[in-house]
Amino acid sequence: MGATKKDRRINAVLSVLLTILCIAWMYPVFMILMNSLKTERAITTTHAFELPNAETFVGLKNYIYGIQEMDFLSSFWYSLVITVSSVALILLCCSMCAWYITRVQGVLGKGMYYLCVFSMIVPFQMVMFTLAKTADTLKLNNPYNICIIYLGFGAGLAVFMFTGFVKSMPIAIEEAAMIDGCNPIQIFFKVVCPILKPTMISTAILETMWVWNDYLLPTLVLDIKTYRTIPMAIQYFRGSYGKVEMAPMMACIMITVLPVIVLYLLCQKYIIDGVVAGAVKG
Amino acid sequence: MEKAIKRYWPVFVLPTLIAFIIGFVWPFIWGTGLSFCKFTTVKNVQFAGLSNYKMIFMDDTFTHAFWFTAAFTVVSTVLVNVLAFAIALLLTRGMRGTNAFRTIFFLPNLIGGIVLGYIWQILLNGLLSAWGKSLLALNATYGFWGLIVLMCWQQIGYMMIIYIAGLQNVPTDLIEAARIDGATSSQILFKIKVPMVMPSVTICTFLTLTNSFKLFDQNLSLTAGEPAKQSMMLAYNIYDTFYARSGPQWKGIGQAKAVVFFLFVVVISLLQLHFTRSKEVQA
Repeated sequence: MGATKKDRRINAVLSVLLTILCIAWMYPVFMILMNSLKTERAITTTHAFELPNAETFVGLKNYIYGIQEMDFLSSFWYSLVITVSSVALILLCCSMCAWYITRVQGVLGKGMYYLCVFSMIVPFQMVMFTLAKTADTLKLNNPYNICIIYLGFGAGLAVFMFTGFVKSMPIAIEEAAMIDGCNPIQIFFKVVCPILKPTMISTAILETMWVWNDYLLPTLVLDIKTYRTIPMAIQYFRGSYGKVEMAPMMACIMITVLPVIVLYLLCQKYIIDGVVAGAVKG
Repeated sequence: MEKAIKRYWPVFVLPTLIAFIIGFVWPFIWGTGLSFCKFTTVKNVQFAGLSNYKMIFMDDTFTHAFWFTAAFTVVSTVLVNVLAFAIALLLTRGMRGTNAFRTIFFLPNLIGGIVLGYIWQILLNGLLSAWGKSLLALNATYGFWGLIVLMCWQQIGYMMIIYIAGLQNVPTDLIEAARIDGATSSQILFKIKVPMVMPSVTICTFLTLTNSFKLFDQNLSLTAGEPAKQSMMLAYNIYDTFYARSGPQWKGIGQAKAVVFFLFVVVISLLQLHFTRSKEVQA
């Protein structure tokens, strides 16, 4: 049906309204950016909305100070290591596990599936103390092997999403591969994996959003004096000093937010599709 | 084929199973057990029966946190879903710039809870002092609405995406047919679109409900429970009981609170799923 003249006029008005709303939507980020370029004195609550001017503009001073004082680059590194290793491990192990428990009927598979669904609604506070103790005992308390903890606690969502997809996959292709002489490991990597790719991307995005921003788990598991992830470092601004140093903190917030925004703009199609896929399965 | 795969279970299942036991099953069972014990570290555990559960309500912080969380959950679930659905409706009209709007509305979702809290703390404190009001940390009512604003800003984009996907799946011939039969646009909205996107409503209310009820990071960074734990939500209250209070009894009480909290979440999730699932229709 063609849009009538009236429809088009309404759309134009709505476009304007939405544009205004979007500008307002982005304002908080813009405000932090502006304040991160000002001196500490000019960020007091009454001056918070002013743009930097000749008197208050300090360039990148806050960024340099924040990076040096808080050792922000190592935080960035730890966050990156933890996120990449955890997500990679989750994708590999959970897709294999999900394929197995869908293809092999048995108590083990059924039990694991229901446990995974169950684990998705358990709040983290329920296990935080004992999980931190377990991680300590098993020496899983540094950024390079905390991914095992993330695999354990993140397995629920991933296994659930993968099983949802595997169930809809035709088994005939796998049987053909088996007749051609593939063993199960070959079948999985050569036949199943390529078909699973869209679900892999969705799961990777959801898990990355979780692990990258997670605060409480690394705080309780890692030693805060040696290893600080980005959310821990931001929170540490308040914890470590008597008075919060607002300007460097805003600079660090910007350093945290900007790469995420850039990455999002680059692959927003995948991210949005991933969210939709995750929601439909959930 | 099943038999052939079955032999390979140590490769396929074992890694996930071991990690799952370390990261979830064992802490969960151990945690449940500890809620019946008095302990400060894991080495000096004494069985204490139900006394931890009786002590939960010894001070009124947990009850207060419960009502604060309940009110927050109701308000934020309603607001987020209504607004997200409204925006989704606007963005499925096929006007220009839809993609850009969608991108911008979704963006806050990628920013982590701690960072979000500080962004809004600075902004809201600026606004409040410009209007000559007290700061967030001094007034629990402002803290409450601050959390609501933050939650809307973060969650609307996510829910909007799900609603858009739902609305795009409504068959156009259904809407055409209704229009030919003389249905008004509000009739089309409430009699066709809303019933048809009920699966999305189920998902979105489920997500907002559980996210709001379990909110922790944003609470910690935006208000930190100030003033005097008046803006403290349940998850934060449990954390506070565990790690911020000295005295041999608190860890056990904290664990008991966590078990109660977990049961709340389960009951709410099941009730909600049952309630909205019953409203779903088939085309």
